[in-house]
Amino acid sequence: MKETTLEVSAIENGTVIDHIPADRLFDVMHLLGLDKIGNRITFGTNLESNRIGTKAIIKVSDMRISTEEISKIIVFAPNSRISYIEDSKVVEKVKVSVPSIIIGNVMCANPMCITNHQPVLTKFKVVNSEKLSIKCNYCEKITYKEQFKITKW
Amino acid sequence: MEKKDLISITDFTKEEILKIMEIAAHYEANPGEQPLAGRVVASLFFEPSTRTRLSFESAINHLGGRVIGFSDTSNTSTSKGETFHDTIMTISNYCDMIVMRHPIEGAPRYASEISKIPIVNAGDGSNQHPSQTLLDLYSIVKTQGTLDGIKIMMVGDLKYGRTVHSLLQALSHFGAEFIFVAPQELRMPQEYIDFLDEKGMRYVETEDVMSHINDVDIIYMTRVQRERFSDLMEYERVKDAYILCRDMIENTKDNMRILHPLPRVNEINTDVDSSPKAYYFEQTHNGLLARMAIISYLLGVK
Repeated sequence: MKETTLEVSAIENGTVIDHIPADRLFDVMHLLGLDKIGNRITFGTNLESNRIGTKAIIKVSDMRISTEEISKIIVFAPNSRISYIEDSKVVEKVKVSVPSIIIGNVMCANPMCITNHQPVLTKFKVVNSEKLSIKCNYCEKITYKEQFKITKW
Repeated sequence: MEKKDLISITDFTKEEILKIMEIAAHYEANPGEQPLAGRVVASLFFEPSTRTRLSFESAINHLGGRVIGFSDTSNTSTSKGETFHDTIMTISNYCDMIVMRHPIEGAPRYASEISKIPIVNAGDGSNQHPSQTLLDLYSIVKTQGTLDGIKIMMVGDLKYGRTVHSLLQALSHFGAEFIFVAPQELRMPQEYIDFLDEKGMRYVETEDVMSHINDVDIIYMTRVQRERFSDLMEYERVKDAYILCRDMIENTKDNMRILHPLPRVNEINTDVDSSPKAYYFEQTHNGLLARMAIISYLLGVK
């Protein structure tokens, strides 16, 4: 923790999202719409993490990202830790957990699935929350963690 | 009554499966009943499938209902770029039920979510084809007198064959015992093996057709297709091992019957056809009865 604080400078007020898998940094940015706002954002990636190998961290100033918004990133960054910062102090920590049903945000890996051909919101049942394998409500095929991509609709 | 669809065989409980068997038997014993008089059923075939379409349309006609629909999409607004959503919303106002085949997997499930009327899945890509499963079950009931405790040997392409996967799921309600006979490359996928393990069901996996052939009640044949093999040498090696011939069934049980979802290519030698144990053509008649039962049940007329 100490090292990352040094690597990505602290913020006074806002939200910190830590322990994002390094290769999912830009997915998370995109899903939370951080690529479209004017707030000051600092981030670091390919940082060392004992828990997940290499990780990324994002610090967004002057914005409290709601838990509802954060639920969008769960499958892409299931072990992430969210901290809310006020006056340079952590006032609240949130750990996200994988729900049993996932709606939207993730694409079905089956190219023949209706959700990849028509503007249909994806819907999955989590069949293994450890390994993060999810079963499509429509084509009934399983999408594995390594295959996760952001939906196009 | 809440709307009921048939998209996947797992949508039906054990009791509902038995109810379908009962209705099919009723229609077989009482031909000429027309509980669908005055009803209109749409038969929407977004990809051609002559056998399944004719079977469904014949079932609707036998029940006294009328059929509207199409057998391919070239003359429909789909070819003008209309979304699937809009096609279903529109057509569901013209009829009492939709029977649908679609090459895109999950299309019938989506249709069932947006339509006010029942949807029957007549096949969606490699996903589900539940009416086939119900007709297979009806064939088992008719030939064995029960669905309980059947010993069934499934032969051929157990990896991609959706009919064997659905039949396995359905038979798991009834304490079946399975013999899976397939080449290594086309083995039953792990998720179905896990499913059987979870349910504590008995099964054997083998590459040898003859190993259990004399103990089983049903042989369910499927085709081993050349294009399924990544290694064509492997295909050449195994292709003849999964062809059923008359001499192979010589010592099988008297009650044993051979089922096949059809079309057959060469996986059952024609010398088997004249055996009383060959049941695949009667099976197609059962398809008509099973589909009559499905339609009646979902529309609540039986």
